[in-house]
Amino acid sequence: MKTIKEINEKIKKGQVVVVTAEEVIDLVDKKGAKKAAEEVDVVTTGTFGPMCSSGAYFNIGHSKPRIKLGGGSCKFNDVPAYCGFAAVDIYLGATAIPDDDPHNKVFPGEFKYGGAHVIQEIVSGKDVRLEATAYGTDCYPRKKLQTLVNIKDLNEAVLFNIRNCYQNYNVAVNLSDKIIYTYMGELKPKLGNANYCSAGQLSPLLKDPHYKTIGIGTKIFLGGGVGFVAWQGTQHNPTVKRKDNGIPQAPAGTLAVIGDLKQMRSEWLTGVSMLGYGVTLTVGIGVPIPVLNEEVIKSAAAKDSEIYAQVVDYSANYPQCVPGSLTEVNYAQLKTGKITVQGKEVPTGNLSSYSKAREISEELKSWIKKGDFLLTEPVAPLPGAESGYTFKMLKERPID
Amino acid sequence: MISKRIVLHFPHRLVDQPIVYKLIKEYDLSFNILKAYVTPQEEGLMVLELSGDDEKFNKGIEYLQSCGVRIQPLSQDVIRNETKCTDCGVCVPICPTDALVVDPTTRKVLFYDNKCIACELCVKICPTRAMEVHF
Repeated sequence: MKTIKEINEKIKKGQVVVVTAEEVIDLVDKKGAKKAAEEVDVVTTGTFGPMCSSGAYFNIGHSKPRIKLGGGSCKFNDVPAYCGFAAVDIYLGATAIPDDDPHNKVFPGEFKYGGAHVIQEIVSGKDVRLEATAYGTDCYPRKKLQTLVNIKDLNEAVLFNIRNCYQNYNVAVNLSDKIIYTYMGELKPKLGNANYCSAGQLSPLLKDPHYKTIGIGTKIFLGGGVGFVAWQGTQHNPTVKRKDNGIPQAPAGTLAVIGDLKQMRSEWLTGVSMLGYGVTLTVGIGVPIPVLNEEVIKSAAAKDSEIYAQVVDYSANYPQCVPGSLTEVNYAQLKTGKITVQGKEVPTGNLSSYSKAREISEELKSWIKKGDFLLTEPVAPLPGAESGYTFKMLKERPID
Repeated sequence: MISKRIVLHFPHRLVDQPIVYKLIKEYDLSFNILKAYVTPQEEGLMVLELSGDDEKFNKGIEYLQSCGVRIQPLSQDVIRNETKCTDCGVCVPICPTDALVVDPTTRKVLFYDNKCIACELCVKICPTRAMEVHF
């Protein structure tokens, strides 16, 4: 019915009609999918939640005399980074923590500072300390480097997150009689609270459940700047059970995303500390959905009450890999602040900021309306529900 | 009738003296001790929810001040760093007094400092460490 090329022409002429993934719900309710699909060109989504498989790579430039960090070691503000590349390329992971961090030795560990915090400081323009050692070669004689570095002086600073933007997630509870500290937050004993982590009706992959418009090469809002979908994310698992509306009922698709860190903002890349668990990066992502036809807008108009998640026990089932859901709830129920599990009323908390997700969808909408952001055609699709692409557990084999 | 959550700072010289009991005995006030400890600087610190008749309440406060006890409202000591807070809401089910709640329309997290009892449960579980306690 409409092509991305046609939508881009409208963007250039300033005639594009853009609504957020929230606004489209009422619109389709009122006008019906057919009429809404004719009127609307783009639906903008958003999410702002902790995403651990995130990180950034840097090329720091060559020192004089030269040093080859590849095969050596390096740290940013005491946080170890990976330099097993050529001379001056470094990848810093969000969850890395200093060697002298007490970890969980005094339980629960606080994990006050790590890779994610370094990334946030680098993005905000602060100087960070780089300390590196190398073994020295004839062409790269130097063995030690200690310097301040700043993002404006780096050759490349690129955010490259290998798994972001989970399409749906578990609701975590604790059935045991002891408090537990997880990546889903503090879980009080005996169903004391239920923590979830999704923007629900604003979340990108929940609004395009079969990846009909989002694919490899899709241009997105990433960390306050522009980024792209680089690949399906790790643990991409499109074959999970889905409702009749096509929406997965459990964690399913994921995205690997990439973008120039130099144009991002620290407001949308926030280092966070999960008590007793570790450090992670809260990433802001917004994906535009081109309204190509009625089907696309129908999916984009899915509301919280139509999106279901599984309530999982994180005291035994999750750590021991025992499959099983205690019950299924929808995001409208989660957002009331309480759900019922095993007959008990349980207060809920979200790890993913809905108000920030809304801000992202609004900001992306304004970029598109202003003509600053054109849509891209995906260059290849993400593996879908029929692809057979699955997420396997590790098969351990003894080493003789 | 008046009821306030206050923080009392006892200077070193008063730490071993019975002072608060007079609030009951002489001024007919009731209180709920939310927190009490001696700091490394050997200052006594007590967080009270103090209630009673208006006139007696004010006289009780005057009495404490005349002894040398420094008083401030609890709301000045528990603060949310607004630039750090991302309005996620993971603190909401942890707060025992509903001082942290989600606004159903804006989905922003509201902090009612008048309901806060300074239990500090939110402080370390806040992913961005936006909740700050300054006694």
